[in-house]
Amino acid sequence: MDILIYGTINSIALAIMALGFALVYGISRVPNFAHGALYVVCGFVTWSLLRGLGLNYLVSIILAMIITGVIGALIYQFVLIRVRGMAISEIIASYAIGLAILEGFRWWGFKGMTYTLPVFVEGSINIGDIPVDLHRVVIVGICAAVVAFLWLFTHYTRIGLALRGMAQDERAALMLGIDSDFMAVVAMAFGSMLAGLAAVLLLPLGNIVVEAGYNVLILAIAVCIVGGLGSWMGAVIAAFLIGFAQILTVAYWGAHYQMVVALLAIIFTLILKPSGLFGRQKELEERV
Amino acid sequence: MNNQPILQVQETTKAFGGVIAVNRLSLDVNEGEIVGIIGPNGSGKTTLINCITGFIKMTSGKIFFRGKNITGKPAHKIADMGITRTFQIMRPYYSLPCYKNLVIPLFSPRAKRTGGWRGGGKLGDRDTVGIDILEEIGFERDSFVPYKVASTLPTGYLKRLELARCLALKPEIIICDEIFSGLSMSEIASMVPLIERLQMDGITLIMIEHRLRELFRVANRVMVLNFGEKVIEGNPEEIMADEKVKEVYFGSEEVEEVMSHA
Amino acid sequence: MTIEERRKERLDRGIKVRTDGIYAIMSLRELSYLTVPRLVLIVGLLILPLVMPSMYWQRVISIVCIYSLLALSFDFLAHFLGLVSLGGAFFIGTGGYIAAILNTSFGFPPIFTIPISTLLGAVICTLLLLPCLPLRGVYFAIVTLMYPLVLARIIEALNVLGGTDGIYGVASFANRWIEQYFVILMVLLFLFGMRRLVNLDIGLVFRAVKDNDQAVRASGMSITFYKAIAVFIASAMGCLGGACLVHIYMWSGISQFALDFSIIPIAATVIGGAGTLVGPVLGCFILVPINELLRAFGTFRILIYSLILVAFIILRSEGIMVYGQRKYHQFERWVKI
Repeated sequence: MDILIYGTINSIALAIMALGFALVYGISRVPNFAHGALYVVCGFVTWSLLRGLGLNYLVSIILAMIITGVIGALIYQFVLIRVRGMAISEIIASYAIGLAILEGFRWWGFKGMTYTLPVFVEGSINIGDIPVDLHRVVIVGICAAVVAFLWLFTHYTRIGLALRGMAQDERAALMLGIDSDFMAVVAMAFGSMLAGLAAVLLLPLGNIVVEAGYNVLILAIAVCIVGGLGSWMGAVIAAFLIGFAQILTVAYWGAHYQMVVALLAIIFTLILKPSGLFGRQKELEERV
Repeated sequence: MNNQPILQVQETTKAFGGVIAVNRLSLDVNEGEIVGIIGPNGSGKTTLINCITGFIKMTSGKIFFRGKNITGKPAHKIADMGITRTFQIMRPYYSLPCYKNLVIPLFSPRAKRTGGWRGGGKLGDRDTVGIDILEEIGFERDSFVPYKVASTLPTGYLKRLELARCLALKPEIIICDEIFSGLSMSEIASMVPLIERLQMDGITLIMIEHRLRELFRVANRVMVLNFGEKVIEGNPEEIMADEKVKEVYFGSEEVEEVMSHA
Repeated sequence: MTIEERRKERLDRGIKVRTDGIYAIMSLRELSYLTVPRLVLIVGLLILPLVMPSMYWQRVISIVCIYSLLALSFDFLAHFLGLVSLGGAFFIGTGGYIAAILNTSFGFPPIFTIPISTLLGAVICTLLLLPCLPLRGVYFAIVTLMYPLVLARIIEALNVLGGTDGIYGVASFANRWIEQYFVILMVLLFLFGMRRLVNLDIGLVFRAVKDNDQAVRASGMSITFYKAIAVFIASAMGCLGGACLVHIYMWSGISQFALDFSIIPIAATVIGGAGTLVGPVLGCFILVPINELLRAFGTFRILIYSLILVAFIILRSEGIMVYGQRKYHQFERWVKI
């Protein structure tokens, strides 16, 4: 029973980490290797606003997420747009920016004390007879709400539909008058905000450290590959698969095998079904 | 020379999601003949070729080459067996000179096996062999053209280069995907003898074409496709006279013109 | 009326024939036009350890050469095959750990560990990278990015192979001259070897795979197979570097999976001139000494490289060697009419 609960919580955490990456890749086909960096950025900004400037927690969170979104948009607008289409340069550029941010933080940002964010709600409740932090319950709730919101947004609003159109076929979207550059910036902003959301939800469970950035990047990529690069539904389902696999591994083998699970998941997916669970077949075969 | 068709396509179907591009198509190709495949745009011709040559996995159906089942084999294995193809959207290796373009197919296992080119050894010097093949295909020997980088050449030469790439593999079947497209009348006129010579050398050809007049001159048999299905099959005269074919191409001026000259 | 009796003429006018890459050489002077740059490079590299003022700098030269091997492998994979390797550290770490284990657990001396770990490491790296080779380039980048990060974490978490402390007591080279000249010779060997390789027939197949892999498939060759060969060669270079590294430092640890080894080859290639194979080596000679000097400042240096890298990419700068080669071919001299 506790496996069920911890599994669900872990899976939801993975899902929220991965959604931002899946969104950006699905829409603009750019792998955002700075995803982990944006995660850390948001955590750090929240902390600065909260402890440094003394703002209200909720205000700090919202401001930090917006700032992260803006930073993501700026990264796209000033760097990635210029290398759009040149696959090698795109990859190198986004990787370099991610590194720059993360290593910059390691050098400048986090020094001395440990940085923590407070949990949303103190206390715990008992599900069945297993104590669960209320904060974790809140995480599940918020994530479910976010997924529902995203689904509604991309199905019922103009911008959302435009994003979906771009994800399916960029040229067709261009012909229908959708400005793909602008949409890509929007997608990047959304993806960054999702990374930020993941940060504010998950960082209170531990400290804010730069390593978390790399971990998030690894896990997000693992989830997206298993689910199929570019598929949002796939990312959610893959998150559950990997999340439960990790918890099961912890239960039967030990906590330190978690990363191995992520690596094995990637390798198995690439060997068995490279396009992932929901990846589109077209991805791997060029139009001949 | 036995009577079994060299290539048998049985009930091939390919669906992309909800769109059925090729619908239970069957085709037999006999050794040494030239088969034309015609049909309006979107009738599934290129998809059929992709299925036969292994670039796309079929949804259902079987393909036999000399009696051997080659369904589902990867593209490079099918090419290795002797079924080669050209591409509708031309793809030379743009950054390399023309004769170097041929080094790659000459490097393949099939070329190493069949060998037999001039130049000595199993394969000789691939550069020289490349120039030889280009001469066979119509590039002028001793001109600078074979040495030019492929990106600077006009379409006529590039089409021949595509054929040369197939020839380097000493193929048994060449599938030409719209090889006459983009060429002027005189360029096509000079390609036709090349096609006929390939047939005389014993190569079986399958040609997807839109240029019907030229195709009908060389083809032994023609198959008409529409919406992924075979409409009719027969020799060029039968096709030209058929009512159903006219329906398929209804309104196309070129076909009207060809038909009226029948 | 005076007629100008001399005019400017490009140095390579008599030498370069109709096509790129074919030279007609008719005199010693023209021969020297082609060979002097290469001789300068070779002689320069060979003299370098002799002129270095201190042991510290001599060691830096060795480290530069190891990074050069990595940068060569990155340039080769990225610009001749289209595979971007974001994790050079993966090769270094694999080669390094294998060498360390062979040395400490099995007692092999460096003369054996280095060749064995080069080959064995290349086999292991190629096998681990095999699943992503049939797929598009993005997957290769992702997987090479992940391997060093994940492997480092696994070693740390499972506490195998020495865990966070690493493996101590690895033997060093016989003497420091061997230590330096070995890596220098390796760099020269691989540099000229790779430059030759990319113009051989198999090198053309590699370039074709990057240019147009569907056509390669249609010619009856398996692109996965050829990519695997290329990855084998590239990872052999990296593993060789890693093996040399552990023998120089006499220690092997997870820091070999560190980001230095991932980012510096990329930065060196972009700055030095991608595609030339000499450029990355030059880039390493520039970047690595700076890297060693800046070590005191913590990871600030990685921030700087990353930003410089991004700047170069955004500005689509061609890199030093590409610019240099272009200009070298454009040198002019006065010629009597």
